[in-house]
Amino acid sequence: MATRSASVSISRASAVASTLPDDRWKLLEIVFWLLPVLAFFVFPNYRVLGSQILITGLFAVSLDLILGYAGIVSLGHAAFFGVGAYAAGLLAVHGWHEPITGLVVAAIVAAAVGYPVSFLVVRGSDLTRLMVTLGIGLMLWEVANKAAFVTGGVDGLAGVTIDPIFGVGRFDIGGRTAYVYALAVVFIVFVVLRRIVHSPFGLSLRGIREGAKRMPAIGAPVARRLRTIFTIAAAVAGIAGALIAQTTQFVGIDTLGFPRSAELLIMLVLGGAGRLYGGLVGAALFMIAQDYLSGIDPVYWQFWIGFFLVVIVLFAHGGILGGLDTLRTRLRPRQ
Amino acid sequence: MIGNVIGVLFDGLAYGSLLFIIAVGLSVTLGLMNFVNLAHGTFAMIGGYVCVLLMTRAGVPFLATLPIAFAAAALVGLVLEVTLYRRLYKASPLDQVLFSIGIVFMSIAMATYWFGASQQPVALPSYLRGQVHLPGLDLGVYRLFLIVVVAALTLVLQYLLDRTRFGSQVRASVDNATAAAGLGIDVNRVFALTFALGSGLAGLGGALGIDVLGLDPTFPLKYIVYFLLVVSVGGSGTMKGPLIAALILGVFDVAGKYYLPQIGGFVIYALMVILLIVFPAGLYARRA
Repeated sequence: MATRSASVSISRASAVASTLPDDRWKLLEIVFWLLPVLAFFVFPNYRVLGSQILITGLFAVSLDLILGYAGIVSLGHAAFFGVGAYAAGLLAVHGWHEPITGLVVAAIVAAAVGYPVSFLVVRGSDLTRLMVTLGIGLMLWEVANKAAFVTGGVDGLAGVTIDPIFGVGRFDIGGRTAYVYALAVVFIVFVVLRRIVHSPFGLSLRGIREGAKRMPAIGAPVARRLRTIFTIAAAVAGIAGALIAQTTQFVGIDTLGFPRSAELLIMLVLGGAGRLYGGLVGAALFMIAQDYLSGIDPVYWQFWIGFFLVVIVLFAHGGILGGLDTLRTRLRPRQ
Repeated sequence: MIGNVIGVLFDGLAYGSLLFIIAVGLSVTLGLMNFVNLAHGTFAMIGGYVCVLLMTRAGVPFLATLPIAFAAAALVGLVLEVTLYRRLYKASPLDQVLFSIGIVFMSIAMATYWFGASQQPVALPSYLRGQVHLPGLDLGVYRLFLIVVVAALTLVLQYLLDRTRFGSQVRASVDNATAAAGLGIDVNRVFALTFALGSGLAGLGGALGIDVLGLDPTFPLKYIVYFLLVVSVGGSGTMKGPLIAALILGVFDVAGKYYLPQIGGFVIYALMVILLIVFPAGLYARRA
């Protein structure tokens, strides 16, 4: 039983959702997006953590685009997050303090790195993809490490100063502006991504995930579709990285590190891959648990996250949202 | 200058032999059983800690700790294979990756909890320290020892796989598990023993490698790329492929860090990406 593959459970989930793209906003989705707005007023002391959760959630959603929708396993997605963070950070350090253009530049730079990488990733088997993404991530880390005169190396890039957004929202210690800014950007990007995955293009990606050999038969250019979504995912990861750089006013070399890529995978799988919201839910749970547990002892935290990962793989396919879906379909006939 | 080149080559070979002995088990799990096991370094770490603990707390001589390190890592490998790994042989690569990352995180946390986050020192016996002086050339005794040990082990392994009953059962099981089972081979048992053997060798390599690779709780993450690289470049099914790959890798890495210290580890990652670009499907044919 435990050997059933992920693709089987994903295909079952998407069969439940719908067969045709359906772009209408459901009530549950609207409620979901009201939660961070509510959190802003209810937990004013946790706004800094809240903005980090939102940004990491967006980062996880970008991985979901290639992993959950296109079926590409990446071990180096943090590369694009880091590239975006450094792009926005360096821009601000060298005298361009406007935040929105900073985001745009970060997205373009990350996409420019992601596009050539996508050619390497699209070729080859799962294992080759794993290793290419892992290798690219490690290479970029090494570059940032050795190019300390530009990036600050292991000390990180400090002194990222950002102008008030539209001349009004000044970044403050309490994280008020950071929270509102992060929420607005994450929501806007999410709406765009939601449209993309519900489009025929998004549907063809799911087709590729389920049967890459059959898709050319109905005229879908598999390699080009995968390259496109990989580049989009890189750009979104870049935006998330830029948001981190701007809201924390600092870029650490760990933004590029392998542990970040691995944690990201964990968040996405925890929340449930292939359903956009999984990344946001997973990031929120992961980071709240991390905030709480690593406050007790960081070593415990690492042990438990490893433990849960093993448990999820062996017993709980589809993560939390997948589990809820299964529960719902099981309860429905009885009603 | 020439002596310098030979010295780097020699260090590279010693380093490569270590990588080989650690990664050879992975070449079976990854290459033949199709299991993406990122936790392979954990077994090497177990061997390393067993060696250090026996030496510092129980006063066991270094050479005597090596078989115990092998046995301990093999035992842990056997238990994990029977209880957990076996259930995931047919799972998707993503599941295998997540599962093995989980194992890595747990092992790092446990090692930090029990032994602290610092590097573990190893006091080699005096007869393994120092250098052999040849005309115009100084070779480290311990590195010479490493090369000899690995060469001997390679011959033993080759014999085990090629000439013994167990070896032919392994080859039959990985070629076609169904047919092998039909012939009365207990495939599960063969896989479990093979996994244990690979883990044991990794443990032995971890113990031998404390002096060269270091030993701290992040060991499984730090060297993951090297092990994967040995396997994917070397191919599987033979002993020769991973051996040659490991030696090349060792020489390149040592030479890169010696001659181009400003770009350091970059050489090895670049090599990896280039090899994967040139051979997009991997150097070995992955069974469907």
